[in-house]
Formats: sequence, structure tokens, C-alpha cells
Amino acid sequence: MQQILFYILALLAIAFSIATITSRNAMYSVLSLVATFFALAGFYLMLNAEFVAFVHIIVYAGAIMVLFLFVVMMLNLNQSPVNIPRPLLARLAAVVAGGIFGLTLVAALSQTILPTSAESTALAEVGSVRTLGKMLFNEFLLPFELTSVLFIATMVGVVVLTKKEE
Amino acid sequence: MAQIFNIVPLEHFIILSLILFSIGVIGVLLRRNMIVVFMSIELMLNAVNLMAVSFSAHKGDSAGQVFVFFVMVVAAAEVALGLAILVMIYRNVKSIDINELKQLKW
Repeated sequence: MQQILFYILALLAIAFSIATITSRNAMYSVLSLVATFFALAGFYLMLNAEFVAFVHIIVYAGAIMVLFLFVVMMLNLNQSPVNIPRPLLARLAAVVAGGIFGLTLVAALSQTILPTSAESTALAEVGSVRTLGKMLFNEFLLPFELTSVLFIATMVGVVVLTKKEE
Repeated sequence: MAQIFNIVPLEHFIILSLILFSIGVIGVLLRRNMIVVFMSIELMLNAVNLMAVSFSAHKGDSAGQVFVFFVMVVAAAEVALGLAILVMIYRNVKSIDINELKQLKW
């Protein structure tokens, strides 16, 4: 059952991510990317990482994709020449380069000896909110606080960048 | 609770995230539209996240999932700033074709 679910979700994720990079209309790209993110959230649920799955949906499908949709709609580039594809040779080169890159990674994986899995009794707690919260506010407290500094800097930067000059 | 890695081996999760990462790389190389290039970068970050979560679940160590949060934070900041730069470029150049942005080339 879970095996079939995994392969269906994997197929969906790959198909929607290919649709993301190939569709002419940027709107369809954004919507395919949302579908890819939902498939990925399914994988996180299968891996017992509920909290990561929910945060992933909220942050990516909720916040980041709305930002993308907003920019796509605001610029309204459907008729613009940016959607004309590159020449055939450049496209072929891109696909071959990316494919060879992927093959290199898979070859590296086949040379790797993966570690054996941990005991299954400890695994149920790994992705729970309790465990992650304790870890986030103990060992990772400093990086967690530093992310707020990063966000402040980003927010100020965005406001300064997009402000219209008088 | 059945162990997922007895049903689907860890290698399949890794190969899936490698495929998604490669699709992201192809998207960056293939497209001229800057928005789609940003989306391909998001795809690559998510492939890395998937791999981190699957290793974390495999080893029974929560640290991997905490790292995923930090990757998400950086991704959100990157998208906000990147799209702001994109809007500004569009205002000045009237195009978001990455081939048009070659003033720094020479």
C-alpha cells in the first residue's frame, strides 16, 4: 500500500516538476510547482515528519507561492518575448548537461555504502513537534535567533529595493 | 508502526531527490524567464530538503529536520529579496529575460 503510494507520489512530483520548467505560461509553472510541493509534503508524511510537512505546506504553498503568483500577475508577461524558447541547440545542451549531472550524482550514490537504519522504536518520536521544539530551543537556539536577524535584514532590503525613487 | 524503509528503501528516496535536483538544474539552464529560474532554484532547495528529511528519519536523528527549517527560512528570505530585485530590474530594463542582463559582462 505505502509502496504504491510512494511510486505514485514520485511520478506526480517528477511530472509536475518537469511541467514547471517546460510550460510556456509562467502561471502554469507556478501552479505545477504548488502541486510538486504537495507531493513532497506527502513524502514528509510518509517519513513520519508531520511537523515538517505542515510547515512545508504553510511556508511554500502558502507564502512563497503567493509571492510568485503576485509577481507573475503584476508583471503580466504572457505576450512578452521572454517566453520564446532558446534555440534548439542551447536547449539540447541544457538537458544533456543536467542529465549528465544527475547521472554523476547517481553514480556517486552507487559507490556509497549507506548506514544501517536505527531501531524502529526510537523513530516514531523523531518528527514530532515535541522533539523538534526541544531541539530548536536548546541546541539550535542561537541559529534560531539569528534567523530573525536575517528576516529583519531581508525585510528592510526588500522595502528599500522596491520603493519608488522620487 | 511499520518502518517505511522496510517497504521503500532509502535509495529510492535519494534517487528521487537527485532527479528533482537535476530537473532544477535543467530548469536554470533551459529557461530565459527569470521567474522560472527562481522557481527552479526552489525546486533544488526542496530536493535537498527531501534528502535531509529522509536521512533524518533513517538515522532517527531530529537534527536533520531542524536543518530543513533553516533551509526553508533561507529560501523564504531568498525569494522575497530575489523577487524584489526582479521587480526593480523590470522597472529599469522593461524585461526579465536573463539574456538582456549583460551590462556587467564587459
